[in-house]
Amino acid sequence: MADKLHFDLVSPERRLFSGDVDHVVVPGEEGEFGVLPNHAPFMSVIRTGAITVLNDGSAEKTFIQGGFAEVTPEGLTILAEEALPLSEVDAAQLAQDLSDAREDIDLANSDEEREDAIAKVAKLETIQAALG
Amino acid sequence: MASLKDLKNRIDSVKSTKKITKAMQMVAAAKLRRAQEAAEAARPYAERMAAVMANLSSAMSGAPGASKLLIGTGEDNVRLLVVMTADRGLCGGFNTNIVKKARERIATLEGEGKTVKMVCVGKKGAEQLQRLYGHLIIDAFELSDHKTITGATAQMVGDKINALFDAGEFDVCELVSSEFVSVISQKPRAKVLIPAKDAIDEGVDRPDLAGALYEAEPDEETILNILLPRYVNTVILSALLENVAGEMGSKMAAMDNATRNAGELIDKLNIIYNRTRQAQITTELTEIISGAEAL
Repeated sequence: MADKLHFDLVSPERRLFSGDVDHVVVPGEEGEFGVLPNHAPFMSVIRTGAITVLNDGSAEKTFIQGGFAEVTPEGLTILAEEALPLSEVDAAQLAQDLSDAREDIDLANSDEEREDAIAKVAKLETIQAALG
Repeated sequence: MASLKDLKNRIDSVKSTKKITKAMQMVAAAKLRRAQEAAEAARPYAERMAAVMANLSSAMSGAPGASKLLIGTGEDNVRLLVVMTADRGLCGGFNTNIVKKARERIATLEGEGKTVKMVCVGKKGAEQLQRLYGHLIIDAFELSDHKTITGATAQMVGDKINALFDAGEFDVCELVSSEFVSVISQKPRAKVLIPAKDAIDEGVDRPDLAGALYEAEPDEETILNILLPRYVNTVILSALLENVAGEMGSKMAAMDNATRNAGELIDKLNIIYNRTRQAQITTELTEIISGAEAL
């Protein structure tokens, strides 16, 4: 059996994934990087985006917002601020949320609300891009 | 002597109290299970975070320009106590124990000539501390608008603490919360949150890198500066989750006691009720018999 990479994906609220995979592609702060088994120790800040987990020829994407990746000899650990498996995302619902959020920008009463709404739109757009 | 009707009413009222406490106990039991699961689910994140921090901090703590969150301000004049209690009562001595611990800490620290400031999380703690130490409370949070404790709840508190620290409002931050020992036992404890270095150095197993060095992207300092506020949030989140579990455990025990007491009271009242009824019947009988004899 070929070497496998031990991969843990945890968010503050739950452990989303733990197991052995072939290859993980992570959106690092300074560009995407792939992690294969026996990678050198490495740590990086993650920007908002989707990670791709490749295992036995199948690929699965998970959206993560902010976080941190650490590679040790034991494997890869991703500490995500927020994580959402794209398989749990409903495209129609997402489109709805996105248009709602865009309306919120115009409806915002204060700068704070507007900033919140803009951040939300940016986040939803990233999810949509990852999905598409 | 209480009439039969009064006794009957009293029994009925205790019975309905018993029903309520029984229901509350069952609700607490269900919530306890969920709270324990949540605390369990949050543990891997906290553990990994602590391990990463331990690695980074050992590399960074000697370096100049290391974040103050990590090594502290170098002074210890102003202490911030973050007192975490529940928002609701009726959970035995849970809130009182935490408040008592907080009072002890305040007394000790003020005895050492330090200035104490407080941030209260949870309504009950704020209420109980308000009277004696109201002037020390600089901020208070209520948890009732958060149905479940999530990262967002912890962030709300964490952001405030980080902001206060950046503003130079305090030197050392301590968390006063409840440690969940078991369902029937919760211990109040105080632990240091900032500077993070002291908290991290205790009992974290570091991954064995076999002599290899981490490569970091961007550099270690940037990572550490991003991670530290998150670390604070993570510690707060686990403390909050543990608190909820403790609250529910304590509530369950308290309500179990109340249910049992109500049961005992009902038994006692029933005996009194039966005796009174018997006495009344006997009196009536005696009256009838003596009336008949007189004829």
